[in-house]
Amino acid sequence: MEIEEVYSSRELDRVEGKAVNELIARSQQVIPDPDKWLDEELERNVLLTSVDAVLNWARRTSMWPVVCFPACCAFEFITTEASRFDLSRFGMEIVRASPRQADLMITAGTLTWKMAPQVKRIYDQMAEPKWVIAMGACAISGGIFASSYSVVPGYNRIIPVDVYLPGCPPRPEALIHAIRMLHQKISRKSLISGGE
Amino acid sequence: MLADYGYIGLLLAFALFFAVTTLLLPFSLSLPARLTVYYRRFQQYLETHYPFMTRFIPPLPKFPKFMQIVPYKPSPVKNSTFECGMETIGKSWIRFNFRYYFYALVFIALDVMVVFIYPWAVELKGLGVFGFVGVLVLIFILFIGYLYAWKKKVLEWK
Repeated sequence: MEIEEVYSSRELDRVEGKAVNELIARSQQVIPDPDKWLDEELERNVLLTSVDAVLNWARRTSMWPVVCFPACCAFEFITTEASRFDLSRFGMEIVRASPRQADLMITAGTLTWKMAPQVKRIYDQMAEPKWVIAMGACAISGGIFASSYSVVPGYNRIIPVDVYLPGCPPRPEALIHAIRMLHQKISRKSLISGGE
Repeated sequence: MLADYGYIGLLLAFALFFAVTTLLLPFSLSLPARLTVYYRRFQQYLETHYPFMTRFIPPLPKFPKFMQIVPYKPSPVKNSTFECGMETIGKSWIRFNFRYYFYALVFIALDVMVVFIYPWAVELKGLGVFGFVGVLVLIFILFIGYLYAWKKKVLEWK
């Protein structure tokens, strides 16, 4: 049985290269962090704050991470997920392969421009509301590869990042700390401000 | 009251709870957001196809933001097929070779045998002759099926 080729390999290179170059041209500016609602002082009434409290509690205690681990920080994430550090204490034991069922992206590792369109697409396909933890030096700024032509200098070029977690790689305790910080961030969110 | 109906009543109660929490509640809570998006789409459709109609459309009443508890933000990328972040190429409704079906059938038969033989082998001495004969009967039955598949030329890949 012969498989019908949609692209020849050379054509595939050209199509991919064009998409990557367009993405590089589009993402020269850093996407601002979604943190407007942290400093807002709102007029809160009882009904709204109680709804907010329930919603934020539900959202922060059932964050399911999507599978997006391009490089070696993934091993620290696996350790965090496994029995010793036990991420299921935070309701995060289910790592979803499909972005439809996930609302947290832990971007563990170096991202090349060739891989960037895929990561951006996965982020776009995640269900609302969604959050991103930039894990490790490479995710924050490109790390030791920052000056390389092929490495994305920080995930915030292509997707908005909520929490930056330094380290090369960060220890599991540090990742848990970042998750706790994200919990605090979510718990300050209100339906009025929305943070959108 | 539930005890009068036995476990069926409990099952129904759980089914109702499940339906409300997973289907009805998210849908109704995202309804204002959905309506806004649908109405905007409708307006765009009218503007492109019937430009003279646009002045007759009333503007959508602005829903307060706290009514949009469940966000609804569709986009072409979000609604497209998920393929590990890649763009899908070709159709997803492709045909598989029919012979895989036979392989699956033979696999299931032999899989059952493995499932039974492992615990039997662990407790071989304890179960004695009766267990040994029982497993022999099982293997014999499966062997007949295997011979049948062999005779039907399932094992040949042509």
